[in-house]
Amino acid sequence: MIEIAGLTKRFGLVEAVRGIDLAVRKGEVLGFLGPNGAGKSTTMKMITGYLAPSSGTVRVLGHDIENDTIAAQAAIGYLPEGAPAYGDMTARQFLTFIAEVRGFVGGGAKLRVEEAAAKTALASVFDQPIDTLSKGFKRRVGLAQAILHDPPVLIMDEPTDGLDPNQKHAVRGLLRDMAPEKTIIVSTHLLEEVEAVCTRAVIIDRGRIVADGTPTQLLARSRYHNAVTLTLAGSEVAEAEKRLGAIDKIESTETLKRSDGSVQLTAFPKSGALLIEEVSAVAAAEKWQVQELYAEAGRLDDVFRSLTTPDSRRSEAP
Amino acid sequence: MRYLIPVFRREFAAYFATPLAYVFIVIFLFAMGAFTFYVGHFYDNGVAGLGVFFGYHPWLYLFLIPAISMRLWAEERRSGTIELLLTLPLPLWATVLGKFLAAWAFAGLALALTFPIWITVNYLGRPDNGVIFASYLGSFLMAGAYLSIGASISAATRNQVIAFVISLVVCFLFTISGAPLVLDFFRGWAPLLLIDAVSSFSFLTHFTAITAGVIDFRDVLFFATLIALFLTINVVVVDLKKSG
Repeated sequence: MIEIAGLTKRFGLVEAVRGIDLAVRKGEVLGFLGPNGAGKSTTMKMITGYLAPSSGTVRVLGHDIENDTIAAQAAIGYLPEGAPAYGDMTARQFLTFIAEVRGFVGGGAKLRVEEAAAKTALASVFDQPIDTLSKGFKRRVGLAQAILHDPPVLIMDEPTDGLDPNQKHAVRGLLRDMAPEKTIIVSTHLLEEVEAVCTRAVIIDRGRIVADGTPTQLLARSRYHNAVTLTLAGSEVAEAEKRLGAIDKIESTETLKRSDGSVQLTAFPKSGALLIEEVSAVAAAEKWQVQELYAEAGRLDDVFRSLTTPDSRRSEAP
Repeated sequence: MRYLIPVFRREFAAYFATPLAYVFIVIFLFAMGAFTFYVGHFYDNGVAGLGVFFGYHPWLYLFLIPAISMRLWAEERRSGTIELLLTLPLPLWATVLGKFLAAWAFAGLALALTFPIWITVNYLGRPDNGVIFASYLGSFLMAGAYLSIGASISAATRNQVIAFVISLVVCFLFTISGAPLVLDFFRGWAPLLLIDAVSSFSFLTHFTAITAGVIDFRDVLFFATLIALFLTINVVVVDLKKSG
């Protein structure tokens, strides 16, 4: 359980985080989204006690991070941005150090280290210095360090950054397995990751929360939500556009030419109306050569773009 | 204690994980020997004592101790591991003290490895081993004081070279604060009390008193207080950096 109230961070004149309120419950996997520099990492650094907030409070399992730091930090497993680790130590030495700091001794520490290494598949590099490991293995050492004490709260800053698709899949599986027993916050740039593991998505932009909901709810805010896309031969497009444009429920259409000469035609509905039946009926009646026909659930990157500020406008006052 | 031991162990092992420890120890021993025998004319003096040897310690420490202390915090900041270290459930005092004690133990090890000179002087004559013991203790205390200064400066930067240079300057001022170079700066405007206070910070004065063979409680207290003061500054610097 994490409770964040009025969290603000100023660096000199720059306000990196401007009053974030958030409560995350056990069993939730919260995906923390936002453009670079939106304040994701700064927020995570404040939750874990690395940075002191300019104002506002963070409570982890009821422990205030500023006044009851050790108890709060003991409950957290944290993977900082870039997964820093002591490069001159081997993975085993490093994890043993973490286990000792976390209060495990002797056989108990050994067991914890081996368990964490097994969960993150580190066996093959266990006795190599961390400096000599590939980016993927380094990231997994960081993950192992974060889950070693089986913490009730997990904070992970881009846990799958730099991993190949297989490794990403494995990490997401690990997160899903742990999810029911833990409170998890994951920051990410990868929108497919949100759909794959998160039960809740929060988008922040310029230090403020601009969207908060389940991935499905966010998808419903996309203009692609319930849109229908069909792929047609190039010669039929003009007619199809005219024919579909006449349907009352359709707001507008858009075309996208593909490299093989066919054209993707997307019809956007008025206020979330369902189109798929009507469009497929029209396509059948007109005997178009339809290669593909599907209803869109919504596109998260579209929601993301519409809610956040691109770099070019970042300097404007919010 | 349970917090202190893992931090100490990791930090101490880190010196030996790279060639740093071996390079340092070799240079330390070589420099000690060179100064004692060639510059200090150890044999020609014909004195069965280690006064010459210990006389060079403050000056050698001036350059060598900042080399040990510079990486303590600056390296953590540069590599980002400081974020890991400060989000582990460790009280800040334990992290600061653990790191300092590891560096001090390492300096102590280098100092202990000068034991052949003690054997030599005992072989050649009948030195006052009480004085030698007191001098070793004084030297160790002084090394701790230099280290605590270096550690707190290292905490303020992510650049090891800057940490080294500033530590060197600050340590130099503490070493010679009884000398005219420093005191003239204060003379003429500062009250006598302040001038006395500044000159009483001189490492040379306190160290020389101990190497004379008298372990005066006040000299020991001086170094102990200075270490405590700079470790407190170290804690404050790390804590201030948290506020960004």
